[in-house]
Amino acid sequence: MITIDHLTKRYRSVAVVDDVSLTVEPGETVALWGPNGAGKTTIVRSLLGLLSYEGSITVAGLDVRDHGKAVRRIMGYVPQELSFFDDLTVVETLDFSASLRRIADERVEAVIRLVGLDGHTGKRVGELSGGLKQRLGIALALLPDPRVLLLDEPTSNLDAASREVAVRLLHDLQTPERVMVVTSHHLEEVGMLADRVVALDDGRVLHECPPAELADRLGLRAWLHVVLDPRHRDPAAALLRSRGFEARRNGFGVLVEVSAQGKGRALGVLHDEGFAIEDVEVWR
Amino acid sequence: MTTVPTTTSRFEVGLAAAIARKELRDAVRGRWFWLYTVGFAALAGVLAGVALPGSVVSGTSSFGRTAASLVSLVQIVLPLMALTLGAQAIAGQVERGTLRFLLSHPVSRSEVFVGTYLGLLTATITTVGAGFGVAAIMTGARGSYADVAVFVRITVLAIVLAAAMLGLGMLISVLSRRAAAALGSAVFAWLLLVFVGDLGLMGTAVATRMPVDVLFFSTILNPVEAFRLAALSALTGSLDVLGPAGTYAIDRFGGTLDALLFGMLAVWAVVPAALSWRLFARGRDV
Repeated sequence: MITIDHLTKRYRSVAVVDDVSLTVEPGETVALWGPNGAGKTTIVRSLLGLLSYEGSITVAGLDVRDHGKAVRRIMGYVPQELSFFDDLTVVETLDFSASLRRIADERVEAVIRLVGLDGHTGKRVGELSGGLKQRLGIALALLPDPRVLLLDEPTSNLDAASREVAVRLLHDLQTPERVMVVTSHHLEEVGMLADRVVALDDGRVLHECPPAELADRLGLRAWLHVVLDPRHRDPAAALLRSRGFEARRNGFGVLVEVSAQGKGRALGVLHDEGFAIEDVEVWR
Repeated sequence: MTTVPTTTSRFEVGLAAAIARKELRDAVRGRWFWLYTVGFAALAGVLAGVALPGSVVSGTSSFGRTAASLVSLVQIVLPLMALTLGAQAIAGQVERGTLRFLLSHPVSRSEVFVGTYLGLLTATITTVGAGFGVAAIMTGARGSYADVAVFVRITVLAIVLAAAMLGLGMLISVLSRRAAAALGSAVFAWLLLVFVGDLGLMGTAVATRMPVDVLFFSTILNPVEAFRLAALSALTGSLDVLGPAGTYAIDRFGGTLDALLFGMLAVWAVVPAALSWRLFARGRDV
């Protein structure tokens, strides 16, 4: 469905994306993960044909450089920076987008309901909160019922509760025909949404793997602070050490070093041996 | 779910029209549009009111006098409005990020440019229509309809001048990286075309004893001057009032003088717009 072949994007002589190759099959959700400046957004904008680049990108068999307009017809896009026309209302923005995609009014009403924007349709876009703007961005992306959904940091403007709702909504959008490309720097979000993650740094691919393996491949570690009854702290630390964990007791319980994706395993060991866990904190 | 695309990048008029409608709606909601339109209409009404008693006294046709009084207003106000409107069109959208939003849709850059240009041109023509409309209503209310054709001709010239200035403004916009720089360049271009160019040319002509044919062609290279001379020719039927340059123009071009002046304006209406279209369509990253 999407084939990126030796994609390189330079600004003057600096390569912000450097020789990236990637294929995404129908039904697959791929996350582009990495810190700011890793090249995630540049790859997404290249997929849309908004940037000039070296290498080639094809979507549904069409070269993006030559057939950008046709390719964008099957794409929905949630940008990282939500820049809409501030003077238009929510429904005017959706109607305008629908007119550019030749989409019927019924579909506009359907996506308004889907993302929970009913009750806000008459508001000017410039007056919307970050969360509502994000919902509008998702609604605009869903208007064409797209085969390719590009989500550039789709939860970056949301609080924790709204993020959970958004992630659940995006999860529900996965279908066997649809391709989703999500950029994020949240490891947990990548784990919830993606089948495969491409870790980027300085424009180059560092790793390509299932989300569950990424933290280990990157060597990401965390400390679990497990609060226990004073009588149990020494035996719990000894048990964890005997099972291969780096663990030591402190004033309130034990501190145990775990991989970023392996927190449950340490807690499972304590639970299975009958230790009553009073509280848990994650220290990174 | 959308089907796999098969179409190529054919220009679709309907998409350009949708963008034009949105541009027009944006313009009509903006305070600058109302400032220019109400201001232009009010000044046109005042000038028509001043011109009408004169026509009764002098016996000259009322529509002709009204049109004559509007020429100076048009050559100052319209270029300023159209240049600044055009200058903010592309650079402003790049700066606000809305151009990226627009181009993430299945539209070509050509459709975006043409739609934007047509929307702004319609807004500008609305302003011209308001000014000339108010003046026409006030003049027509006196019951004298002599020289209506001259009035209509000058209205058409004003619209072509507005199109030329809008195209130049959009060229400035496409070439500018920042909206503020585009706006500054547009104001500078306005000063140059409306005030400095004319005075500079006259000064140079005197200082260098410029041949009359060079002076005439240098004058009509300026679209604002081409408009002024075309309007003068429509009003008086000659350019004698210009002195030697006017006499040269009549001797040299005779009956084709009006076509030459209109043609020069038309070239200005087409070339900057076409050039900015080409530059924009070739595209830089958004």
